[in-house]
Amino acid sequence: MSALPQRSPGSERALRLRRSLTDHLVTVLAVGSTILVLVPLILILGYLLYKGTSSLNLDFFTKIPAPVGESGGGMANSIVGSAVVLTLASLIGIPVGIGAGVYLSEYGRGRMLGNAIRFTADVVNGVPSIVVGISAYAVVVVKQGHFSAFAGGIALSIMMVPTITRTTEEMLATVPLAVREAAYGLGIPKWRTVLSVSLRTASPGIITGCMLAFARAAGETAPLLFTAFGNQFWSWDLRQPIAALPLQIYTYAVSPYDEWHRLAWAGALVLILLIMISVTLVRIFAGRGMLKGGN
Amino acid sequence: MDNPTQEIKPLVEPATAENAPLRLPKLVMSDVAQGTSEHLEPTRAAEPSEVRKFLNEKSSGRLADGSFAALMLVCGLSLFFIVGLILWVLVMNSRPSLHAFGFKFFTHSVWDPVSGEFGALPFIWGTLVSSLVALILAVPLALCTAIFLLEICPQKLRAPISFLTEFLAAIPSVVYGLWGVFVLVPFMRDTAGPFLEKTLGWTGLFAEPNFGVGMFTASVILAIMIFPVISSISRDVMRAVPVSQKEAVLALGATRWEMLRMGVLRNARIGIVGAVILGLGRALGETMAVTMVIGNHPDISKNLFAPGYTLASVIANEFTEATGDLYLSSLIEIGLALFLVTIVVNAIARLLVWAVTRGQSQRHA
Repeated sequence: MSALPQRSPGSERALRLRRSLTDHLVTVLAVGSTILVLVPLILILGYLLYKGTSSLNLDFFTKIPAPVGESGGGMANSIVGSAVVLTLASLIGIPVGIGAGVYLSEYGRGRMLGNAIRFTADVVNGVPSIVVGISAYAVVVVKQGHFSAFAGGIALSIMMVPTITRTTEEMLATVPLAVREAAYGLGIPKWRTVLSVSLRTASPGIITGCMLAFARAAGETAPLLFTAFGNQFWSWDLRQPIAALPLQIYTYAVSPYDEWHRLAWAGALVLILLIMISVTLVRIFAGRGMLKGGN
Repeated sequence: MDNPTQEIKPLVEPATAENAPLRLPKLVMSDVAQGTSEHLEPTRAAEPSEVRKFLNEKSSGRLADGSFAALMLVCGLSLFFIVGLILWVLVMNSRPSLHAFGFKFFTHSVWDPVSGEFGALPFIWGTLVSSLVALILAVPLALCTAIFLLEICPQKLRAPISFLTEFLAAIPSVVYGLWGVFVLVPFMRDTAGPFLEKTLGWTGLFAEPNFGVGMFTASVILAIMIFPVISSISRDVMRAVPVSQKEAVLALGATRWEMLRMGVLRNARIGIVGAVILGLGRALGETMAVTMVIGNHPDISKNLFAPGYTLASVIANEFTEATGDLYLSSLIEIGLALFLVTIVVNAIARLLVWAVTRGQSQRHA
């Protein structure tokens, strides 16, 4: 306070000016950087829509890839292959993920083991997908002797588990204690309370988490490179290599043929749309869920 | 205001005073008189009620409880199992290369599958440089956007803009790669490249020849990809700062920037560092998009326009065509190195973020 009176009115004004200038500068910077970030996003989406829609046609959804040099062909087998691999991954990943989330929220709260599992889930979430791919290769593909849809499913399920675990735990944490106590008050055992009361109350949030994990797995390419491997033909056999949409996009994108580039754009558009639709559907579905789960 | 209440009161009071004591016994009496008690009373004395019996039948108590808890525990432990399995598999399969090269594997700069010489230094260099340049590009933008969304943005725009920035995270890596190959690479070659060379060429970081594919293009793609992670987590961390802190600084006459600097950024700095490291972890392991634009050539060069190679992209490119045990195990050893590095980086980042947001309901990107 003693320094204030010594300051001349001029320097005081300069100081105030500098402060307000800095403030405005930061505001401009923040607004500018947000715009700068939105530009590539809009460019990517716009270009994808432009390129994708111009090369999408019915053949894309009904035909298998044409041989090199021939025009036409589609990615029907890749879409089906992706669906097969993702179904397998969900069948493994979702129950395990939800189970782990239930353990963290209902049994492991405040325990050393619970904290360790939670931490591991967060760390596994950051493991590069390509590393998961080689592990699945070494465990499943080498044992079987050939690439297979099954190995791809295993690799993707490993990618799904940590996300589902963490969302399930967070959503269960929002279920009020009173709801559980009401169940206990009726003499319902704990396992039944967890299944029919806690999980049910939190289900909209948990379903959203599962769909987000699903969407992330749907776009993964790296874990499938050495597991599902890709296939130019129809395949339903879990023990055989299978096509997948992201793999096919990758193969076509790095190829030297214009016709294949065109298909790669169409594939990318379909992939993005599938992901967007699944996420939006879940938003709507979860929005009017049974008890709204307090989230 | 006074009149209606005065009028209502006399209406209400007689009603409760007269009816309530009369109705209550009536209701109870009628229930009992309808015979429910006569049917229930003897059974209740002999055995547990219908509800209790039903529950006992449907839930075999302790056994079910115990096995359910055990099942959930197994699911939880599966995460340890996953980490353990990955580690074990990688170590086991990289043994030939571990034996042949030892630690020299990571300091040797020649990668020649034909003559059987394997050194991972070019890939480590490529991974580090591309990730660091990506961080330099992404961090200021991400922090500015986080500040914008938290403090400056009008309420109406907040939801759509944060949805859009988060949508960047939902785009699959391979789609970024596709866009990179057909849009960003020509742009870098024809427009941005010559400009950078003219303005920053004196640093030696941007020099001819510029083919469009190379380290810098990969860094730009990486920056776009890690931006949502850094932005959304640092936003969570900043939101965790108590409002009273901000109000206290504002009450002292601070401008908005001074409030952000003293009240928010200083309190949240550990968590922001955590968010940045989390972004680094994502960048280190990113595979597809980088593989498609980095040029895939194992060189160590100061020039950012030169093609490079990263740990993840060498695995993606050469794994399926690797012939011979030593080649394959060298690639798996690279995977092992990548795994260990990302585990450590992520663990540090998580601990830092936890230190700030602990006690709050945590939201993750």
